[in-house]
Amino acid sequence: MIEKSYDVVIVGSGAGGGTVASALAPLCRDGVTVLVLEQGARLDDHEFSGREQDMADVLYEDGGGFLTADGTMTLAFGRAYGGSTVVYTGTSLVAPERVIRAWDVPGLDYSDIVRRSRVYAEQNNVHLLAADLLNDNNRLFVQGCAEAGYHTEQFPLNLRGCKGSSLCNLGCPNAAKQGTHRVQLPSAERQGVEVVTRAEVRRVEDRSVVVEVTPKTDGERGRASEWAPGTYRIKAKAIVVAGGAIGSPALLLRSGLGLRLPKLGAGFTCHPAHILVGEHPAPITNDVGHPKSFFVDRAAQEGFVLETCMYFPFTTAKNLTGFGPAHSALMRAFPQLQMILVLACDKAVPHNRVTVDREGRPVVRYRFTRATIEAMVRATRASAKIFFAAGAVRVHAPSADPPVIERKDRHRVDELIDTRHFRPGKVSVSAAHLMGGCGMGRSAEDSVTDSWGRVHGLPWLRVADASLFPDSLEINPYLTIMGLADRVAEGLRTEAKTLLGAR
Amino acid sequence: MPHPVLPPVQRPFRAIALTVVPEAARLSDRGWEELERLVEHRLATQPAKTRRQVRFFIRVLQWLPLLRFGRTFTGLDATRRLRVLQTVGDAPVLLLRRGVWGLRVLVQLGYYAQPHVAAEIGYLADPRGWEARR
Repeated sequence: MIEKSYDVVIVGSGAGGGTVASALAPLCRDGVTVLVLEQGARLDDHEFSGREQDMADVLYEDGGGFLTADGTMTLAFGRAYGGSTVVYTGTSLVAPERVIRAWDVPGLDYSDIVRRSRVYAEQNNVHLLAADLLNDNNRLFVQGCAEAGYHTEQFPLNLRGCKGSSLCNLGCPNAAKQGTHRVQLPSAERQGVEVVTRAEVRRVEDRSVVVEVTPKTDGERGRASEWAPGTYRIKAKAIVVAGGAIGSPALLLRSGLGLRLPKLGAGFTCHPAHILVGEHPAPITNDVGHPKSFFVDRAAQEGFVLETCMYFPFTTAKNLTGFGPAHSALMRAFPQLQMILVLACDKAVPHNRVTVDREGRPVVRYRFTRATIEAMVRATRASAKIFFAAGAVRVHAPSADPPVIERKDRHRVDELIDTRHFRPGKVSVSAAHLMGGCGMGRSAEDSVTDSWGRVHGLPWLRVADASLFPDSLEINPYLTIMGLADRVAEGLRTEAKTLLGAR
Repeated sequence: MPHPVLPPVQRPFRAIALTVVPEAARLSDRGWEELERLVEHRLATQPAKTRRQVRFFIRVLQWLPLLRFGRTFTGLDATRRLRVLQTVGDAPVLLLRRGVWGLRVLVQLGYYAQPHVAAEIGYLADPRGWEARR
């Protein structure tokens, strides 16, 4: 085993790890050594081809097909230089005040989250897309919402030079999305932070990590690792775990910390989602233009959020319920499809948690609660009304049987879409906002870390990602992750003298 | 590379594929090879246990219709094949629903992830975005 030594090791390079890296980078001037370990690969710009399966294979864990333990929900999360910020749509919202207050984390002040979120919004060029860049898919959503009585809001997006490829979730082929791979990580590297890709952290030990660096295989996208393949033990004065809501608790669990931290892995939430489609009588612009420009926030009132979206042929096919001629007919109508992403705001409950199997691989145990199913059904009804109000001739609704509702039945939407048709294992449910597992709180009895991401009882170990959320955020999480990660970095900077021995 | 899953169950797998995506009937030999390559590629990343389960479930679907129709899945017409898959996919047992869901996702992956199929259904996304349309 090869031994190395750094002052700070950061595990993960997404919204959490990338932010910590950039916020600690100025310390490099004072001789502090900072290393980022990323499990995924570093892609060159020309490798973002926009081809669905090629990009899913290289940018997503398990090619985007990671399933919960009972196989009823797909969880999508990135693994690449930049983590999930490479594959999200760039939506950048500040956390809702009521949610942060309800979290009730001692020492976590809402105004602090807002202040830090704004810093990163500015850093990432977050703005509203100009009206002339909006496509029909988004315009029809706004129009349908207005007629159906739903208030829409425009998403602030972290783009610079968006060409409207619509391929955000496959990694922007035009380098427009300002994820950590474009902003924070390059800046950190320029200041002296070292980033090593294809480096999977197997376990955390007392002030060290054990890492497996894997070789690039023939034909695989991305650069080879910066280090030679092999097993490394890296000593560090501080370790920041930012591997995401599945990766971080799984890493700490397989490192044997479950006994001293009984809440490790608990409190997992994820905004379970349906992709719904409405078929219009004529083609619309849907596969060109930014896919996610508007949303309806009914989280506080009805437990759901609706967002515009546009996915790719296989992802769309997979997320429509059923198969056979009816399914094929919808797929053949692709140029006429309007899409809405329905997100339920689930709550942290004891039975939903991250565990590990005997080999240390993450296992997500998740069962839909009654409240989540009801929220998804309410959201599906609302979406169906919006589609029809926008002029759709038929709507695909997973919680209807059969799942296609014709326009003549549009007045029966509330009756046709019902919780009794939501059958786990039959309807397709996916989630991409993965949260919790290393929740913040008061002590090891109720949480894993304090409000600065310090793991209870282990001051050299920090967590800095969405796993910190003690409950659902009820909105797209990236700016909040960056805000919390910025706090973690500030905590380390404040303690640099004692913890890192910095000058 | 692990051993491929599909060769021993290729006939029933193709019958299932045609039920899930009827247009697959228009695939050339090369198209079928590509469909099966994409499925095998996906399965190759899965644990050996999962690959065994997929093969076993295809065999279950092949023989199950004997009880109801006196014929195997491959011996049924398209309407009955669809009915069998829908019935199993809607079964009270989660394991059966999951099995059908998983198989149909694999078939859809093999079919819709082929670039020429995307073009056939009118999916035109282009990295050049608006510039490619104007």
